[in-house]
Amino acid sequence: MMSIGLLMLASLVVITLFGTWIAPYNPSETSADSLAGPTAAHWLGTDSIGRDLLSRLIVGGRTTLLITFVAVTLAVCCGLVLGLFCGYVGGLADQVVMRVLDVVFAFPVFLLAIAVVAALGPSVPNLILTIAIVYTPRLARVVRGPVLSVKRWDHVEAARSVGVSEFNIATRHVLPLIVSPVLVETSLTLAQTIFTITALSFLGLGPPPPDPNWGAMLSEARQFMELAPLTVIGPAAAIVFATLTFIVLANGLRERLDVASR
Amino acid sequence: MTEILQQAVPLLRVRDLSVTFPARSGKAPVLAVDRVSFDIGRAQTLALVGESGSGKTTTGRAILQLQARSGGSVQLLGRELGQLSRDGLRSMRRHMQFVLQNPYSSLHPRMTVAQTLAEPLRVHRCVPAESVTARVAELMMLVGLDPAMVSRYPHEFSGGQRQRIVIARALAVTPDFVVCDEPVSALDVSTQAQIVALLKSLQTRLGLSYLFIAHDLALVRQVAHRIAVMFGGQIVEMGGSDQVYGNPSHPYTRALLDAVPVPDPVLQRQKLSESAADVQFHGLRPKAGPCVFGEDHAQSGTACWHEVGAGHGVSCRFWPTPAA
Amino acid sequence: MMGAPGALLQVRGLTAQFNRGDVASQVVKGISFDIGAGESVGFVGESGCGKSVTARALMRLAPEGSSVAWGGTVLFKGQDLLQVKERVMQDIRGRRIAMVFQDPMSSLNPVLTVGAQIADIVRRHTGASASQARKRSVELLDLVGIRDAARRADDYPHQFSGGMRQRVLIAIAVSCQPDLLIADEPTTALDVTVQAQILRLLMRLRRELGMALMLITHDFGVIAGMVDRVHVMLDGSIVETGTVDALFANPQQAYTQALLAAVPRLDAAGRLV
Repeated sequence: MMSIGLLMLASLVVITLFGTWIAPYNPSETSADSLAGPTAAHWLGTDSIGRDLLSRLIVGGRTTLLITFVAVTLAVCCGLVLGLFCGYVGGLADQVVMRVLDVVFAFPVFLLAIAVVAALGPSVPNLILTIAIVYTPRLARVVRGPVLSVKRWDHVEAARSVGVSEFNIATRHVLPLIVSPVLVETSLTLAQTIFTITALSFLGLGPPPPDPNWGAMLSEARQFMELAPLTVIGPAAAIVFATLTFIVLANGLRERLDVASR
Repeated sequence: MTEILQQAVPLLRVRDLSVTFPARSGKAPVLAVDRVSFDIGRAQTLALVGESGSGKTTTGRAILQLQARSGGSVQLLGRELGQLSRDGLRSMRRHMQFVLQNPYSSLHPRMTVAQTLAEPLRVHRCVPAESVTARVAELMMLVGLDPAMVSRYPHEFSGGQRQRIVIARALAVTPDFVVCDEPVSALDVSTQAQIVALLKSLQTRLGLSYLFIAHDLALVRQVAHRIAVMFGGQIVEMGGSDQVYGNPSHPYTRALLDAVPVPDPVLQRQKLSESAADVQFHGLRPKAGPCVFGEDHAQSGTACWHEVGAGHGVSCRFWPTPAA
Repeated sequence: MMGAPGALLQVRGLTAQFNRGDVASQVVKGISFDIGAGESVGFVGESGCGKSVTARALMRLAPEGSSVAWGGTVLFKGQDLLQVKERVMQDIRGRRIAMVFQDPMSSLNPVLTVGAQIADIVRRHTGASASQARKRSVELLDLVGIRDAARRADDYPHQFSGGMRQRVLIAIAVSCQPDLLIADEPTTALDVTVQAQILRLLMRLRRELGMALMLITHDFGVIAGMVDRVHVMLDGSIVETGTVDALFANPQQAYTQALLAAVPRLDAAGRLV
């Protein structure tokens, strides 16, 4: 399972990094050949104004995935810092921060995303910020739990008795031991983020044109479903593939880490 | 930091140390350690012996300032530990170290032995960076382990070897005083003997002082100069090792000695088949009127402590009343 | 008290091979021994010598998380325990052969009262009614020396001390009056005063119920006075066997001598011997 997931991830990473060079056509290049089926020239056909579907999928994927990776990385970093701080320090600070995060957590992810994007305007940086804000509480929680437990372990007290500073104890004696649940949760968050971003773009709140993105492509192609089904199937399959990659990865990680921890 | 050490001042001086655990969900606050006092001199071992719940581990941790105390004072090398700033306490830590009970959990599972041993050296900056590797190898040899194994992880070692690593870590910063909290309880009896012998030889070589916490009087015989028997948070008997073993004056001390198995099948069989006098030590409240030594402490206001020999004292608390 | 040879348990050529991933290791390397009805036998050795695995072979219990391949024969009252069906084994476990483990903290279910846990076993093996089982569990708590048994039966494990919990486990083990009681390091996790109490309890129960006892430990001091015969194990094999008196007086193997020497001892006057 793990190896399949990694293979899928590798392909996504390649698309993210090298998308613009792999795509056979310029995704914005129109042609007269609209809504064509798959041909030798256009492997997946073209959309309503003659743009190559494959290229649009690849470049669109690039944008979606870039936003996903960056946003989730941001969320994980914030979540790690907050979770570690709250779990380790405890007391009033922990209570206050966790309650604030709880408020954010209480909103349905999607609703919150719409609200933030609608307020700030749909641009790539805003989208990244939205996703990061929305998913930080979840990650902070996943970090905080194990921290509460590990900080009571014997080797932590031994380190304290040696004179190691509290900061070093938190970062070197506690943090490395809670990596496993965080990795799994990160994978799952990546899967959810892809879905959230494509859904936002479907509604028109995603990255503005002319950048292609899967959600907008899907939305556009609805009216041509019967004429050129590939215009719908293409983006849909891409979304499914990307989401599945991270779920498979999460499962594989969980299996692998469960065995390793025994 | 100048160390003012006069001959008269003992290395460690504990006076009236008390630890109270706060009340929890309907239960009363627990007085885990009740006015414990003792001194430990240079290169001396005081064994603190008692059963689980007697407060001995809490005493050790309170002395190391890993547990908040509710009263009393702890002076190490003449400095009052409770009054030090955070940085002051951290730098004092190089003089007092801790060997914990469980060798399976007191080492960081993801750090190699080399990293674990180097950490105290880095924290206290006692050796220059280029000498760290050499010092780590020296420590390994000091505790009888092969220096070539420093790049391994704790799970690759046996329990006895792990405990040696824990001891090596404690010695890294050349402390004056080490609290050993049941350092061998989790090990096989054959390994126990080896580790106790190691601790004893390290004491002779390095002039270390130990507070050796244990529940078995036979175990500490080899390494203790003085014994303090603890029960219910209080010290019920304290004296030189020969005095306490030769003339156990408190009934609880006698019960502890009696519990040690005799490695002679005939005697042991006999001992086990006699039904033990079911002596209850728990829940004995201080009673009004004269104590077993004839003194009325409530009236005179004196401490419940009686000298039975030079430097050998016993408490009149927790003295079960003989059956009528 | 020795039964006729082969009366209760005959183990021949027992082997145990662990398979952890792709690593196979032979933990027990072909050992043979007998335990007669009502007899008391000790197994002494350091951690990793295979003594606990041997005990688990008699109950056909694989240690957690690994798969074990058993070999040899274990004849218990004529049946080879390594060959019988699992259902037969389930009937034997707890009823004919019972085991007391080392760590009383984790062997009891924390969310059930002690009385309920004993009653469960009683009902499983004897089909008694709820009230009969309850009565029996109070009797058993009393038998193992827990004061105020009727009230204590409704307490939860965390309300008992370590020594008391071990008594509860012993109560569970003897609830169906087994022919053989296996005690695997029953006193290792306990204070020395409590150790003596538990050993006395085991001795008394053995006498009163006529059970055979298999006592496993790493401490020769625990063995003295508790067993008739001793097997010393090292690295999966038995290196020395003898009556306990003979072994203490005249140990033949260097390893046995080393184990004996490691026992901390005080003579009658409390001086180092």
